[in-house]
Amino acid sequence: MSEFKMPALGADMDYGTLVEWLKKPGDPVARGDIIAVVESQKGAIEVEVFENGTVETLIAKPGDKLPVGATMAIIRGPGEAAVTPPKAAPAPQAPPVVRAATAQPAHAHRITPAARRLALQLGIDADALAGSGLGGAVSIADVEAASRAAHAPAGPAATMPAAPAPAPAPAKPAATMRAAIGAAMARSKREIPHYYLAHTIDFEPALRWLEAENLKRPVAERLLYGVLLLKAVALTLREFPELNGYFTGNGFAASAAIHLGVAISIRQGGLIAPAIHDADKRSVADLMAAFRDLVRRARAGGLRSSELSDGTITVTSLGDQGVEGIFPIIYPPQVAIVGFGTVVARPWVVDDTVRPRRVVTASVAGDHRASDGHRGALFLAALGRRLQEPETL
Amino acid sequence: MTKDEIKTVVVQALKAVAPEIDEASLEPGKSLRDQLDVDSMDFLNYVIGLHEALKIDIPEADYAKLATLDGTVAYVAERLHAA
Repeated sequence: MSEFKMPALGADMDYGTLVEWLKKPGDPVARGDIIAVVESQKGAIEVEVFENGTVETLIAKPGDKLPVGATMAIIRGPGEAAVTPPKAAPAPQAPPVVRAATAQPAHAHRITPAARRLALQLGIDADALAGSGLGGAVSIADVEAASRAAHAPAGPAATMPAAPAPAPAPAKPAATMRAAIGAAMARSKREIPHYYLAHTIDFEPALRWLEAENLKRPVAERLLYGVLLLKAVALTLREFPELNGYFTGNGFAASAAIHLGVAISIRQGGLIAPAIHDADKRSVADLMAAFRDLVRRARAGGLRSSELSDGTITVTSLGDQGVEGIFPIIYPPQVAIVGFGTVVARPWVVDDTVRPRRVVTASVAGDHRASDGHRGALFLAALGRRLQEPETL
Repeated sequence: MTKDEIKTVVVQALKAVAPEIDEASLEPGKSLRDQLDVDSMDFLNYVIGLHEALKIDIPEADYAKLATLDGTVAYVAERLHAA
């Protein structure tokens, strides 16, 4: 038997609210299966199990707000005998927790996972809706109808063509996410002795390679230059293990796997840095697909727990609308963060001649408990060299 | 397609990447990036959305022509006409 606990979804999360179970007692589970949806300061997260077995008991109930580490369920390992004989489930006792008043107990109210997710995004209380789906379940259509009703202008109903309903302002309180980011960054600045380095890199060869490559690609498969930066960072990190891993109570432990946290801004405020697993082993095309998918899920919901807890280093990029340089703050328990400023055209000396070139300033913040600025500098220099050979990425 | 029909499709593609936009307050001649909080990924998804809705090919070299709402409509009209 093992306890399935509320996972820590990064340094800036201290509690989560169970939205729903996706498994029930008796269901077999395999490592990586999504067992529950949890609402956190980072939105609705799909929580994975980390072992094979069978669900023995579900302890937490939808609506329960639980601290990180609280037991949510019991998982029976393969071959273990069930503790409770598989007879009809006893009638549940009246729950001691006072829940939001609904016409009927929340657990008797069926809501499809997709509808639940959409309702969260739209700020609709799915438990309060009457379901029109199979067996009275609340479906996506019910949530959309409720959203339209909630946002319809008073006055003659304007019949809209069958366009997707625009999402209104996000229901996720931006203030909650802001507080979580503030707490994590305060901890970082308090505990981590940062050093900072910057290096301006001639980005012209890589951009020209990318432009030629994109000419050959259909629009849906085109690459963003950010993917070249991610791949170059991941490959270069193989030679700099002291920048990739975790610093915990036991000191620094380098990670053999390179899981790149990618800082993604959330529309209208906030930031989240889910990880792309094994970024160094993926092709540029594969990395682009993973990156697109990750940005979409970061903004629309559906990130997985492992993506929020597994990052071994973070990469942040200011994009096209920013400034030349960024000096980022390490996301604990990681020990380094790599930043990229906005790409700018500058006079640059190439082969003893001044030429206009597009350049990008890369920076790194490192944790002095794990490495020195000397190694950080060698890392940035190696990164710059690697970007001169884009065809090797 | 008329320009108005094209504009409807273009606005839908924009809303898919920036759901919070208010169509009425969009200035048609002003840079979309200056008016909306869109990054390179949003812009790529906008181009993909136009491509899928209108079945036109949009080379990367032409992205600059999509900088404004009016620019996008004029560009799409030209591409549809050429097709």
